[in-house]
Amino acid sequence: MHLIGVIPKRASSLRRSFGWPDLVVLLALVGLLATLAWLGHGLWVPLRPGALPTLDLSPWNLPYYAGRSLLRMFIALGASLLFTFVVASWAAKSRRAARVILPALDILQSVPVLGFLSATVTFFMGLFPGRLLGLELASIFAIFTGQVWNLTFAFYHSLVTLPHEQAEALRLYRLSGWRQFTHLELPAGMIPLVWNGMMSFGGGWFFLAASEAITVLNQELLLPGVGSYMAVAAKAREVSALMWALAWMALMILLVDRGFWRPLVAWSEKFKLEDSRPAEVPHSGVLRILQRSRVVGWLGVWFGRADEAVDHLWQRWLPAQSAPAKWGRETTLDRILAVALWGVLGLLAVRGVAFVAAGVPWIEGVRVVGLGALTFLRVAVVVVLSAAIWTPVGVWIGLTPRVAHVAQPVVQILASFPANFLFPFVTIVFLRYHLSLQWGGALLMALGAQWYLLFNAIAGASAIPNDLREMARDLGLRGLLRWRVLILPGIFPAWVTGGLTAAGGAWNASIVAEVVSWGDAKLTATGLGAYITQATTAGDWPRIVLGVAVMSAYVVTLNRLAWRPLERLAESRFTLG
Amino acid sequence: MEKTVTQTKVLLEAAQVSKRFPLPEKGGEYTVLHAVDLTLCEGEIVALLGKSGSGKSTLLRILAGLVQPTQGEVRYCGRPVMGPCGGVAMVFQSFALLPWLDVLGNVELGLKARGVPPEVRREKALQMIDLIGLDGFESAYPRELSGGMRQRVGVARALAVEPDVLLMDEPFSALDVLTADSLRGELMELWLARKIPIRAILLVTHNIEEAVLLADRVLIFGANPGHVRAEAAVELPRPRAHDQADVQALVDRFYHLMTKPETPDEAQRVSMGRPALAPLPHARVGAMVGLIELLADRGGREDLHRLADDLQFEVDDLLPLVDGAALLGLVAVEHADVILTSEGEAFAKATILERKERFRRLLMERSTMVTRIHTCLEGKKNHRLPEAFFLDLLEKHFSREEARRQLETAIQWGRYAELFGFEDDTDELFLETSELHPV
Repeated sequence: MHLIGVIPKRASSLRRSFGWPDLVVLLALVGLLATLAWLGHGLWVPLRPGALPTLDLSPWNLPYYAGRSLLRMFIALGASLLFTFVVASWAAKSRRAARVILPALDILQSVPVLGFLSATVTFFMGLFPGRLLGLELASIFAIFTGQVWNLTFAFYHSLVTLPHEQAEALRLYRLSGWRQFTHLELPAGMIPLVWNGMMSFGGGWFFLAASEAITVLNQELLLPGVGSYMAVAAKAREVSALMWALAWMALMILLVDRGFWRPLVAWSEKFKLEDSRPAEVPHSGVLRILQRSRVVGWLGVWFGRADEAVDHLWQRWLPAQSAPAKWGRETTLDRILAVALWGVLGLLAVRGVAFVAAGVPWIEGVRVVGLGALTFLRVAVVVVLSAAIWTPVGVWIGLTPRVAHVAQPVVQILASFPANFLFPFVTIVFLRYHLSLQWGGALLMALGAQWYLLFNAIAGASAIPNDLREMARDLGLRGLLRWRVLILPGIFPAWVTGGLTAAGGAWNASIVAEVVSWGDAKLTATGLGAYITQATTAGDWPRIVLGVAVMSAYVVTLNRLAWRPLERLAESRFTLG
Repeated sequence: MEKTVTQTKVLLEAAQVSKRFPLPEKGGEYTVLHAVDLTLCEGEIVALLGKSGSGKSTLLRILAGLVQPTQGEVRYCGRPVMGPCGGVAMVFQSFALLPWLDVLGNVELGLKARGVPPEVRREKALQMIDLIGLDGFESAYPRELSGGMRQRVGVARALAVEPDVLLMDEPFSALDVLTADSLRGELMELWLARKIPIRAILLVTHNIEEAVLLADRVLIFGANPGHVRAEAAVELPRPRAHDQADVQALVDRFYHLMTKPETPDEAQRVSMGRPALAPLPHARVGAMVGLIELLADRGGREDLHRLADDLQFEVDDLLPLVDGAALLGLVAVEHADVILTSEGEAFAKATILERKERFRRLLMERSTMVTRIHTCLEGKKNHRLPEAFFLDLLEKHFSREEARRQLETAIQWGRYAELFGFEDDTDELFLETSELHPV
């Protein structure tokens, strides 16, 4: 289970003669490097005041824009992984750090990322004045914040549940911290990392589309990308351009799925901790070609050398400790640190309240809470209606293995398709039939959120053991009784997960779904999402802070009061097997 | 007793039942059961005895109406069975309890499905809970119960609907030996005292002793495809105990019936003209070697049943080892004794390296499967072939799952013999040659 052994480096595969897989891989590598150079060049474009970048709606430019968007996504993924490795390892190895990091991550993952966009854009533009790079980084940061918490939690979880004896063996042999990471911690966390990475990456498209084109301080800022192409097309009322963007988006999602995530999923199978081989192993044609290729074998050798070199340096600077980590009692230092931390947080809170209070009359604060309630109503409608519609469908699919086999990857792709790409089309319909966005906003929010419920209903239903289903048939459980006694309780844990994810998605979507436009026509719903969007457009900082704070408070409170108890109930009562 | 009078009344019968599953992708189908006849009469306990994978559980599900037979018919009290019917209830190997219902809720389940009013339902369920020894556990959830208690819930749930026929699918095999023993004993007591409202029991098991202890009649099941090889009545007085000589004698006899090779006539009837590719018994090489050593230590001959007892093995654990060693000609089975052959004696005396050589030679001489794989690999210039190639090949002879298990066993044996190996990264089998052995 060696990570570097990823890649066949055994004599048998190196000995093989240079064949067509090598040619394919080599060409792909050259192509990838050339594309990166081409796309990367655009990152350094200067940004002159008064000459804001524009987008050309000719479909011939779409490959370039799509490439830039893709580059953003992968940079964000890389940054997320880096953050994950550092922060999750830190939290897993230091009790003190864990006490701060874990609650912080929990709050951060409930905060609606899009609300912060204006703040981060201004911040990053300040870091790189005169360059588009600031905007670029802000977009990447938005994608990053959309996916990183999930990954960090997953890796942290796998670190604290590491197989005990393997960890002891590695310490006993005095392997360096680096080797412990590459030989145990990373391989053991590989499967959760890959799966969570795939899901988060899918969610990331939404943030990409939302963050490429943004109006801050009444200035419309555009990055070259599919998301901004979409925004410009909607503004110009170019339906054919919209269709092109839609097609390219779908193509990109498919390409990344086939060319990147599927091979990774198939490859990560080897990191299963069980000793037996599963009957149904995921397969990937791309992975097959890579494994057959000699070029990859060479790369494997180079990876091995790099591993060797890093280990060498590590050994010199941080010699291995064979003593187990100390988990002592709470010390005075701990208490001082805790007090200091709370002090800083308190100061920040006071500062924030003062800032908001200076710019917003207090009665507006009450109104904003009321707006939050309206948005909450929409979120609730989204979750309840999506569940009502998709649960029966998902259960049917999940209980029919033949269908589930085909439907599951399709639903996964649908779920990662950014719903905001569909907004303009729905807006056209709303405008034509004079429908109000007050309820229509919920529909827009549901476009993305619903898939999580479907996906989890399928997963939950297919996880109901065959024995239980046979038992139900044997006893003659039918119709409503069967649903009440077997199916609903059986899918309950999956349903809670799906509902929680869908609700989180819906809150985030409210920021872009409560104000939509088609050309110059604009539809607005009354709600907290619209409030934040309007404040962002006007560059009204106190109101942005107020809006985001109230929305975060709503999400965190609901998670604590509703979802957490449901999760606990699911775990204690409704877990199968 | 009016037993003799009612004996002839047939409750449940299967007539020429066959079950075939279509093979996905490549088309064609795989036969699990072939022309099985079975009758279950009032007042009797019948055991279906066979190795795992012989299709006996599928047969049980067909009798329960959970699975439709491809051919043939199942009749309950003379009427064809089209789906689960009220008169037949099943007890599952995995207990199949709903974790979110307490004991009472689980036991009531079948009554609920029949629309029995709540008070009646509760009373009946409590009665069964009492009867089966679950008193005081009514409000416990399954996860709070031990395996034995869980299976009691499973039995109580089946009994609560007052079926005529109780079908039991390896009901004690998920329990430890002592728990299984006591539960079996109590159930027999209830049955003999006619305290449970059941008119016949059909039990699926791979445990020979269990079959002898419980059954009035034993059907021995053969595999590939599943068929009844032999039928024997057990006419020993009840209650029966492990250590009775007549019980032991019968266990030995059944051992013999289960292990004796199929007669050509029988094999012909079953194979239905397919080219022969003798399956490998699923035996670990290390365990087979251990068996040979043990036999050598005990003078080269041992009673199969005693061997299993001493090793605390179930038939399912021991028989593949014996079958494997027999396939290689290291042992022979005579009646219910395993005998070390001269080849086996030489093997036991050999050094580790010599053993590998002997193993390799015997394997190449005697296993069509291994030689076929070896020949295929030799035929390729680079001496490698993808796993999928062999799986395709094997799926013409075995079910999908069995094909995979066969290939896994073949690879394991081939690795020990240093004939061929398997590379996980590429999913390829490759020929072991001296040049591939960097020392």
